[in-house]
Amino acid sequence: MHSLNVVWAVFAKDLRVEWRSRETLAPMCVFGLLVVFLFNFAFETAHEETLRLLPGLLWIAFAFSGILGFNRSFAAERENGCMEGMALAPVDPSAIFVGKLMANLVFLGVTEAVIVFAAAIWYNFSFLPSLGWLALIVFFGTLGYAALGTIFGAIAANTRMREVMLPVMQFPVAFWILILAVDATSDALRNAASSEISQGLFRVAGISVIFAAVSFLLFEYVLEE
Amino acid sequence: MPLAATRANQALELFNVSKYFGDLEALKGVRFQVARGDSVLLFGPNGAGKTTLLRTLAALSHPSEGEVRYGGQDFYKDPQTAKAAIGFVSHVTFLYGELTARENLRFNGKLFGLHSLEEKIDRALELFAMQDRGNEPIRQLSRGLQQRASLARAFLHDPDFLLLDEPFTGLDARATDNLQSILCHLPEQGKAVVFSVHDFELGASMAHRLVALERGSVRYDGELKDAPLQTLGIKK
Repeated sequence: MHSLNVVWAVFAKDLRVEWRSRETLAPMCVFGLLVVFLFNFAFETAHEETLRLLPGLLWIAFAFSGILGFNRSFAAERENGCMEGMALAPVDPSAIFVGKLMANLVFLGVTEAVIVFAAAIWYNFSFLPSLGWLALIVFFGTLGYAALGTIFGAIAANTRMREVMLPVMQFPVAFWILILAVDATSDALRNAASSEISQGLFRVAGISVIFAAVSFLLFEYVLEE
Repeated sequence: MPLAATRANQALELFNVSKYFGDLEALKGVRFQVARGDSVLLFGPNGAGKTTLLRTLAALSHPSEGEVRYGGQDFYKDPQTAKAAIGFVSHVTFLYGELTARENLRFNGKLFGLHSLEEKIDRALELFAMQDRGNEPIRQLSRGLQQRASLARAFLHDPDFLLLDEPFTGLDARATDNLQSILCHLPEQGKAVVFSVHDFELGASMAHRLVALERGSVRYDGELKDAPLQTLGIKK
């Protein structure tokens, strides 16, 4: 019960800090929109080409916006030694991880919704026929990606070149989630057979759950000095 | 064994602790024990190892060699019980700038699983004369007020062991007197306090025991009144 209270306290604290500072969500959304906007000008595409490019474009925008968010998430913890302040408390470090992960999921989820909406307008593409599948694929892909961002963000926060270190550490590992997510998103957007889409979804969900579980178990060691 | 007797036996201990930062040996085979009711002044020049010793006791820093013990057991076998008994004040405040002092205390209280939290927050803020400034964001407060909020955070869960690293930093004369008075009375309440200050006279007015550190080693550990202050280079 105490662990659940800690999860909620960390999550609510992160949302409150963001509500006051507005330093995480706004840059994430603006960056994501810029990626979609620039790609729109770089590749003037017909519908068929859009179908080919859009899955990769979306996940690139999600991934880079996410990196910005994970860096900001731990910048607030680094200030005044707040991460150490949490480590002083008699709590299961995994509860802190889950609270931080939930906050990162909310920030990245909102950003992804904004990016998808902007892509629909700028590429004149309707996501409605595949929205259910897309939502599931994005949810599981984001879960794994945000879990990695949470643990690598905490590790990078203790390094000197933290802004550089986070993407350098995260992308080689998150590569596998991104590849599978792009593949599954592509199937969903071109309205492939349900069995084909669900196979892709299971692969994304599987690898994301594994990465999330490993991050959950290892966070204790990251919180230590 | 009754719970009260068990608690009475509980002590925080560093057993042959060494701590390395690269080639630098910040602590060298330190043996140090603090029990409830103790009032210990850590004194030494810059770089003597005071902060490292306090951080190791608070489990923020793992020893490279040796063991940290709580109640005779390895601290890390049951860290949650040990952490619940410790309040720590550091050079940094451990407070979120965007949140108010009250919100910071509420967050910490939830991490410690405290009951009657609002009452405890009121009491902690009142103890450090912060009740009028409790609803202002930490970022807007002066360094002294931030330090008072940080002290309130450390006292919030009524810990048995208070580890205070330069607790007077930034405090004005009135706040210094107030903290001095609080620290003087802690041993009577069965609390242990271990603190470092740069002003020896100020520290000596509150402590019964002196631990003099130099280059990571304990040069003296004993009654303050018996300490060879000249030999230790504290007084000329």
